Amino acid sequence: MTIWGRLLHTLRHAPATRPEAPPSAETATALAARLDAAAQRRLGRSLAIRHVGAGGCDGCELELRALNGIVYDLERFGLRFVTSPRHADVLLATGPLTRNMAEALARTHAAMGEPKWVVAVGDCAIDGGVFKGSYACLGGITTLPVDLVIRGCPPTPWQVLDGLRALIEANAAPAR
Amino acid sequence: MSAAAAIIRAGAAADQHPWPRHVLSRERWQALAAALNAADAPPLQGLWAEAERVHALFLDAGSPLSASIEVAGGTYPALSPHCPAASWFERMIHDLFGHVAEGGRDPRPWLDHGAWSTAAPLGPRQAALPPRVGAPEPPEFLQVEGEDLNQIGLGPVAGAITEPAHLRLTAQGETLVRLEVRLGYAHKGTLGLMRGTPPRVAARFAARLSGGSTVAHGLAYAHAIEAALGVTPPPRAVALRAVMAELERIRAHLDAATAIAAEAGSAFLEARFGWHREAMLEAGGRAFGHRLMMDGVAPGGLATDIAADGADAIRGALGALERELPELARILERSASLGSRIGDIGRLAPELVARFGASGPVRRACGLGGDARLAPGYPPYATLGLDVPTRSGSDVAARLRVRLDDVPESTRLLRALLAALPDGTIATALPAASGEGLGVAEASRGTVWHWVRIEGGLVAGAFARDPDWSHWPLLEAAMRNGLVADLPLCAASFGLTSSGVDL
Ligand code: SF4
Repeated sequence: MTIWGRLLHTLRHAPATRPEAPPSAETATALAARLDAAAQRRLGRSLAIRHVGAGGCDGCELELRALNGIVYDLERFGLRFVTSPRHADVLLATGPLTRNMAEALARTHAAMGEPKWVVAVGDCAIDGGVFKGSYACLGGITTLPVDLVIRGCPPTPWQVLDGLRALIEANAAPAR
Repeated sequence: MSAAAAIIRAGAAADQHPWPRHVLSRERWQALAAALNAADAPPLQGLWAEAERVHALFLDAGSPLSASIEVAGGTYPALSPHCPAASWFERMIHDLFGHVAEGGRDPRPWLDHGAWSTAAPLGPRQAALPPRVGAPEPPEFLQVEGEDLNQIGLGPVAGAITEPAHLRLTAQGETLVRLEVRLGYAHKGTLGLMRGTPPRVAARFAARLSGGSTVAHGLAYAHAIEAALGVTPPPRAVALRAVMAELERIRAHLDAATAIAAEAGSAFLEARFGWHREAMLEAGGRAFGHRLMMDGVAPGGLATDIAADGADAIRGALGALERELPELARILERSASLGSRIGDIGRLAPELVARFGASGPVRRACGLGGDARLAPGYPPYATLGLDVPTRSGSDVAARLRVRLDDVPESTRLLRALLAALPDGTIATALPAASGEGLGVAEASRGTVWHWVRIEGGLVAGAFARDPDWSHWPLLEAAMRNGLVADLPLCAASFGLTSSGVDL
């Protein structure tokens, strides 16, 4: 098939992206209160996200990959995943924070410029989830200041998107 | 029969269900180790431990063959000098249980990076060890001799949305002289958490060994528990488990295909494979209330029945994929740029693949058959019939093609299963009894084994052998003398996961 044929073929499919639902207003207000005016000016209305897998089961990663794929088209919300910590505004961590990942997580966080957000995605990133109490885990992203948690085991891409959009709203809210 | 298999079979049979475990003396275990050098020796599937015992699992012409040895003075004779695939397992056993593999070829730590509060957390002598203080040790990597070599470390934080792993590359210019993998970053202490809990509670941990294969791990674990306790799940549960497993297989193959297409630079195929992956996730959510179908399989049967519109949701997703897949496969075959990108990269010798006990697409992409659904086999596949595709070439292209070849067969199975779901209950109650069981399931990535010991209705010991135990070392081999730039694509074609291996 030619490239045009392919394009037509794609156009004939139902739209691959989903309609959006508004983010929760409460979350946005609470987050805005945590970000000062200077930080908001610098970050603007788009967020670069750096993922750190802190030893989860790959279930959360799987849903994040789905979120990053065409179906959830992140860029139209001003969100994008980046590979370098230096270009990232948001550290998005998954997993119960295994002791073996504590140092790498701290280093990634330290390599990011200010201001920065930390988002804990998934039940095990929040408090260890089912892995709570293990000799090998620190019981979630406890070693960094967490700004936003997104529940679920794993959360659906919609739940993650809702949380991240609240972060953008907070980010764009006028300074008080 | 190979000499190694004969040595194992001569050992007294202990009560492991449904396959016996042969108890070997130290001398016979040493003889077994030496016999593993032979070309016809059965490949090692896994090696694990309890407080006073080490278990080895082999695959002899499709049948599991178990051997065990009592640990004496904290040691047991190593298998690794004659069986390289044993090396990572011996290091894992040392780190978790403290048992030393005498004469092992690699004494470096594996899962224990020096950050836990105790050494040998599952071992019998754990209490006697002094508590850890201070910073973790820097890891030791293998030395490589030669001129103009430089070393690059990648990970454990990779940049992409993946699990943690560290890759140590030794390169001469653009060429990789050696790739060394270091894992353990996702070690959660899963086996320790399973201990002392009822089988249905421990199932939550089995389901979280590797989220992308949660059904397969849950299934292999349930098979082990049911074998240990002599329980048979009802026919409706057996059929619905296969529905979940085949849906997971298609979704996981699409996940791998999406990643390979992305690395190969085909935005179109990446988008279309990704679209269908999403459709499968959604179908799983509608049918079983969870997009990954996590915790759907329970020992004794199922935790949840299929939703009223579940079969239609699955059929809808399958129909869309069935209509487009031939076209996607054609694009893959016809595109010259794609063909040259994915062909002839990451080749593996079939002998090495067989020797490392590989399974799934890594194995079947080099012309070797093998699928646990058929051998040793488990219900309901014998009645459904199953065609297991293989490809030759053993490169990135073959590993992608063999995954796509699986899709029509899983689609056929799903349609047949959904058309004739048996009525009745979805679970059999588990007795609060004791027993030892071995269970198997074929995941999209290969064969998953679970072993359990139940005492008085509680899990007293457990082990899970994720297929990637065999595949990570083969990635190291596949990249030897390859181009550094080809590593991400080659790794994507293996579709490796950390968590299942890290335990
Ligand atoms: S929250 Fe659940 S899905 Fe996510 S990493 Fe933890 S166990 Fe896996």
